[in-house]
Amino acid sequence: MEAGEAKSKKAGGPRLCCICNLRRPVLKRPKTLQQICRECFYEVFEEEIHQVIVKNHLFKSGERVAIGASGGKDSTVLAYVLSELNKRHSYGLDLFLLSIDEGITGYRDDSLETVKRNEVQYGLPLQIVSYKDLYGWTMDDIVKMIGLKNNCTFCGVFRRQALDRGAALLKVDKIVTGHNADDIAETVLLNILRGDIARLSRCTSITTGEDGPIPRYYFSTECIYSPNAYRGFAREFIKDLERLRPKAILDIIKSGEDFRIATTTKMPEQGTCERCGYISSQKWCKACVLLEGLNRGLPKMGIGRSRAGDVNGDLHNKNESKSGPTVKSIESRKQCGSLDF
Amino acid sequence: MQLTLEFGGGLELLCDSVKIHKVNVDLPDESHILTMKDLLKWVRTNLIKERPEMFIKGDTVRPGVLVLVNDCDWELSGQLETTLEEKDVVVFISTLHGG
Repeated sequence: MEAGEAKSKKAGGPRLCCICNLRRPVLKRPKTLQQICRECFYEVFEEEIHQVIVKNHLFKSGERVAIGASGGKDSTVLAYVLSELNKRHSYGLDLFLLSIDEGITGYRDDSLETVKRNEVQYGLPLQIVSYKDLYGWTMDDIVKMIGLKNNCTFCGVFRRQALDRGAALLKVDKIVTGHNADDIAETVLLNILRGDIARLSRCTSITTGEDGPIPRYYFSTECIYSPNAYRGFAREFIKDLERLRPKAILDIIKSGEDFRIATTTKMPEQGTCERCGYISSQKWCKACVLLEGLNRGLPKMGIGRSRAGDVNGDLHNKNESKSGPTVKSIESRKQCGSLDF
Repeated sequence: MQLTLEFGGGLELLCDSVKIHKVNVDLPDESHILTMKDLLKWVRTNLIKERPEMFIKGDTVRPGVLVLVNDCDWELSGQLETTLEEKDVVVFISTLHGG
């Protein structure tokens, strides 16, 4: 205790949390610039999430909900907050943890251990689905075949679909995934830089896919302690902005949310994959195209612009009127390694 | 001055994958206090073995690296001007990579 008091004197700023006026502040909230203590941060953070859930009518009592759990900070926070709020406010939800095992030796093993700890800690049943079981290929196998260049495309496309398939196994009504504000802001910025209007309008939406198989809800955690895959220059740029003005990151997200898409902008039509039934704007979904390429020994199939032998490329030629050039240009701008909501 | 330094979120990879370092830092010449500014220089010279640009940008940490002094964000204690005391615990966490 003595040490705590000594430190707060040395700090020179306000000595007490500006919410409770009792305890020593430990952080400055970028959102409000308030200096607050650990206990009050938890309290306002959890209460804000509860308000978002209520305001957006995210859940109904009795629903089964899968929490996408990677073992990272964002999904761990989500698992904790949602199981806590479910008890505190009697949402009446059946919660599950859903993890994807991409089959990357030395990488996933560790984070799956974290998820297994979450399973015990929060008492939530855990379902792990593996690329090996779903697709017959681990990421290690895929990298052996295609090298390191485009493997992020495979991993990203397979992961999105694996979540849906895992959700079907668990018979859940909804999937929730946790994201931090830095990631969302970065995604908004990248989508603007790429001119990807379809993803720009989707990437800040709190729910997606309400017509699709399973609606997904996105929580943006105001995470100041979130290790994450480094996505290059855009990340450093927004962190630089944040240093000048702490609210910049939340403002970028707000801009993303407030974007209005002109009605004259041609948006890709969403249909279903003829092969597996997953949502797709093409004849075959991306996962099926990539998988077909792997199985036929043509791993470049489906990467970048359509090539000969690509089932959707063939489709474009035969049926120009259905998909049209707008769809194709959006398709060709998909970059590997991006969060793709 | 005895300090405990902790590296996380991937930063430990820059110092031989060791997360916790119990160190003894000498006060700068002709000074009787040690500031975070001094400590960062010391860490850069004595602990960081590779890719210092992942940790330092200019004379401070790279944006996206959190700094906690005794469990408190250094923004509240004056950042580079924070004065350190015997047995303080300083934590550096990268939010840019790792995971």
